[in-house]
Amino acid sequence: MIEMSNVSKHYGQFQVLTDCSTTVSKGEVIVVCGPSGSGKSTLIKCVNGLEPFQSGKITVDGVSVGAPETDLPKLRARVGMVFQNFELFPHMSITENLTIGQIKVLKRSAEEATEIGLKLLDRVGLKAQAGKFPGQLSGGQQQRVAIARALSMNPICMLFDEPTSALDPEMVNEVLDVMVELAHEGMTMMCVTHEMGFARKVADRVIFMDQGRIVEDATKADFFGTPRSERAQQFLSKILSH
Amino acid sequence: MFSTLDLSVIAPSLPFLWTGLQYSLKLTLVAMTGGIILGTFLALCRLSSSRVLAGAATAYVDLMRSIPLVMVILWFFLLIPLMTGNPVGAETSAMLTFTAFEAAYYSEIMRAGIQSVSRGQVAAGDALGLTYRQTMSYIVLPQAFRNMIPVLLTQTIILFQDTSLVYIIGAKDLLKAAEIAGKNYNRPIEMYIFVALCYFVLCISLSLVVKQLQKRVAIVR
Repeated sequence: MIEMSNVSKHYGQFQVLTDCSTTVSKGEVIVVCGPSGSGKSTLIKCVNGLEPFQSGKITVDGVSVGAPETDLPKLRARVGMVFQNFELFPHMSITENLTIGQIKVLKRSAEEATEIGLKLLDRVGLKAQAGKFPGQLSGGQQQRVAIARALSMNPICMLFDEPTSALDPEMVNEVLDVMVELAHEGMTMMCVTHEMGFARKVADRVIFMDQGRIVEDATKADFFGTPRSERAQQFLSKILSH
Repeated sequence: MFSTLDLSVIAPSLPFLWTGLQYSLKLTLVAMTGGIILGTFLALCRLSSSRVLAGAATAYVDLMRSIPLVMVILWFFLLIPLMTGNPVGAETSAMLTFTAFEAAYYSEIMRAGIQSVSRGQVAAGDALGLTYRQTMSYIVLPQAFRNMIPVLLTQTIILFQDTSLVYIIGAKDLLKAAEIAGKNYNRPIEMYIFVALCYFVLCISLSLVVKQLQKRVAIVR
């Protein structure tokens, strides 16, 4: 589904990503973790072309992301993305947030889009909030709407960029629950997160990044059982020790 | 001095002054609408990644903002007939001038407005598969516009006051009407005091509206 080979990116002299290669198969759930500044958010944003990269190749469902002839909006419409800061559109109601992509990009009718949007809203447990505006919802609720918005486009895979990092602790689980459910339904997912409980529960593989490199790309059992790199061992001991 | 004022000349001049005020208001509305549209376009050019577009827009804005408005009014009045071959009249000339001139100021406001919308919002629009044009028209510009309504209206109040400058090319605005009426009755002081009062009342009411709007349009985040 997603194939990355030797992806490198730099801002001027500063190397952000170095030779990153990995593959995400259909239905797989990959958790990307690593210390801050390790390039994990940048890596995931390269997948739908939100961040350009200078060398290497990324293909999503056979379409090359970096190629100049690629219709990026068309590709992005098929790849759902959830952001750290939700990024709901504050001037639109929840229903409008859920329908704008469907109407403008997928050319669905307003009625059809609304029906699909409300169904998804119900699925993330927020049916009652349809008429409200993002500013009237809690962070956890906004993030669930953001997930529903991404799903409204019928994506072939989902990218999560630290979806729970901006949330108050008591709201983390309501968002993770939705993500776990998605994983169980067989959605292909690439999640940048520090939620190791989530990784243990649903991840197929864990990618550990440090200083722009993929240091470890292992199955869940291997990663939590016997991480090979010292850097990953240190990282795990730090975040699992309390 | 005030004992010699003859305010009785004002009432009979009201219909004539009203036609002047109508033109002033029309000029303000046209220049505001045209200026905001053209200004938004200029702002988008300045923020675009194309160096040619950005450079051209910047040059235009800088040029307009460094020339006194009176001179722009005069130059347009003299240049338009030269370029088009036929005179368009002071009134139309003033409308074109003010639209072109105000666009430079509105574009700076819209540029700040566009930049006030976070990059994350653009990324969210992109990620949904919206094109650049769609992201701009549905996500960025509505928010930019809303954030900037108070500043845009404040600029419009300044614009309304500036429209009085068109009397130098003979366009019949409120000030010109007062001048004519004053000459008619040989009572210029009374007329000038009265139109000053008109400008004052209109501008003060508009700024009160701006204050009210400021409270209303703030987006809950």
